[in-house]
Amino acid sequence: MKQLLILSGKGGTGKTTVASAFIKLAQAKAYADCDVDAPNLQLVLEQSGQPESNDFFGMPKAEINTMLCAKCDRCREHCRFDAVSVIDDVYSIDPFACEGCGVCEIVCPVRAITLKPLVSGELVLYKSETVVFSTAQLKMGSGTSGMLVTEVKKEMKAVDVGADLAIIDGSPGIGCPVIASISGVDMVLIVAEPSVSGISDMERIIKTAKIFHAKIAVCVNKYDTNLEKTRAIRDYCQQHEIPYIGEIPYDEKVVKTVNEGLTIVDVFCDAGSAVQEVFNRTMKEMNP
Amino acid sequence: MKYAVLSGKGGTGKTLVSVNLAAVAKNPIYVDCDVEEPNGHLFFKPRGIKNEAVTVKIPVVDEDLCLGCRKCVDFCKFNALASVIDKLIVFEEVCHACGGCMLLCPNNALTERDKVIGEITSGDSETVKVISGILNTGETSGIPIIKKLLAKIVNEKATVVIDCPPGSACIVMESIRDADYCILVAEPTVFGLHNLKMVYELVKLFNKPHGVVINKALKNNHLINDFCCENEITVLTEIPFDSELGQLNSNGEIAARKSAAYHDLFSTLLQTVVKEVEHETVAHS
Ligand code: SF4
Ligand code: SF4
Repeated sequence: MKQLLILSGKGGTGKTTVASAFIKLAQAKAYADCDVDAPNLQLVLEQSGQPESNDFFGMPKAEINTMLCAKCDRCREHCRFDAVSVIDDVYSIDPFACEGCGVCEIVCPVRAITLKPLVSGELVLYKSETVVFSTAQLKMGSGTSGMLVTEVKKEMKAVDVGADLAIIDGSPGIGCPVIASISGVDMVLIVAEPSVSGISDMERIIKTAKIFHAKIAVCVNKYDTNLEKTRAIRDYCQQHEIPYIGEIPYDEKVVKTVNEGLTIVDVFCDAGSAVQEVFNRTMKEMNP
Repeated sequence: MKYAVLSGKGGTGKTLVSVNLAAVAKNPIYVDCDVEEPNGHLFFKPRGIKNEAVTVKIPVVDEDLCLGCRKCVDFCKFNALASVIDKLIVFEEVCHACGGCMLLCPNNALTERDKVIGEITSGDSETVKVISGILNTGETSGIPIIKKLLAKIVNEKATVVIDCPPGSACIVMESIRDADYCILVAEPTVFGLHNLKMVYELVKLFNKPHGVVINKALKNNHLINDFCCENEITVLTEIPFDSELGQLNSNGEIAARKSAAYHDLFSTLLQTVVKEVEHETVAHS
């Protein structure tokens, strides 16, 4: 099964709009939403049946047993994440700051500290005989989104529906969750926005994808909102020998369609026909 | 006063609002905490740039001293250490720099070195002091950079606008911890509403006074308004969907500096926010 990952460097560029259209066009049997911070794909793709949902345990977090605590201050001194605080002479750990490294546990002379597993998200899996859709929701303030992304992809791959193509809506940014979504995919399609910020984001995500030796292609969304910047993106791709595979116009119907819970290829619109073109070329690029 | 500008996700206009808000304030500081994709400097084009590297401490092994006992390997919760044929390997990318391995080594075979993960740049743009953090590509966590950025403004009395990272993960919590007020930017789409709900939960959790700015507002769109109404959230302003603004913004221009109408819009927004904060202080004292 080949995996296509859709990324944008940042949200709001239309990554999910493109991903959902691709899923429809490919009649994809396997797909996933790796934007575990703010998953949106389920809002436009209707699922039948109840999903299977499972708690996701990220890094365990430290906990201090105040009955045992000798107030020696060693845990606070050694914690590099400033997660240990003392209020009214009572030691406690801020679960949002704790990274679960376990240093406090080993320096505590009276064994008052233990690492306890903590639910940090929820894995959601829709599956039928023919389709698998894996998504998740990170619990607020959890830092283990990279691990959760890896789980989302694992759950998708574990269900055999005979799919030869999987489409993955990636996470925004360039950090840990994105790196986790890139690992193991066959191709990355970057949805860029024709603006100064959009170009900067695109360059950074390309650099990141290159570190992981992923095959890359670029398309521009809302290309006609700034033709000059669109040209700049096209030139950049040419210079760096990155396949530039098309552009999607700004189309008022997109917002309306998405608000109705549909993808842009479910209705007749300019953006929809353009995305069809981008899809065809992506498939060619992926299966030369 | 510190204002944090948040959105459930990128691309909703968080940077647009923060940049313009800073541009209309008096001698403000703009802090870009979106270290993965910092964009504020593209608008401000600050001058007199000063760079400062941000480092974390990564273990280095002295092979002559290593006993191959694996104490460090067994301890590391992030699998940043591996022992292969009695040789200790450090995977820097996943190391969280907790220092535990070093503490545990019975033969002092581990020491630490500084590894650069990004930098902080500061400069000036007219009267605005612009401070940005930038994470190097390939690095997994920008938290150390955000911490350093926020440490710079802890005792600031000036007006500080914090352009937060997108989402609602731990990294965002860091950014709003010291804020006096949170501005939530939302787009009137189902995605926008979904994302707004998440940051709203976050500011509630932290008990921060907050209000909503609707960006790319459409004439008859009630999605966000209804939500705000139900939850008694103040809608601070609506920024209309406007191709002039889009054009200025996509070319990296600051609308408030280029157009009188937008200067007014953001000045009014700033005044509204200042009033909201005053109101909160009265209500809570
Ligand atoms: S510093 Fe912490 S994370 Fe890094 S290798 Fe040592 S134990 Fe692992
Ligand atoms: S704890 Fe020290 S001696 Fe033991 S394997 Fe690690 S580096 Fe080598």
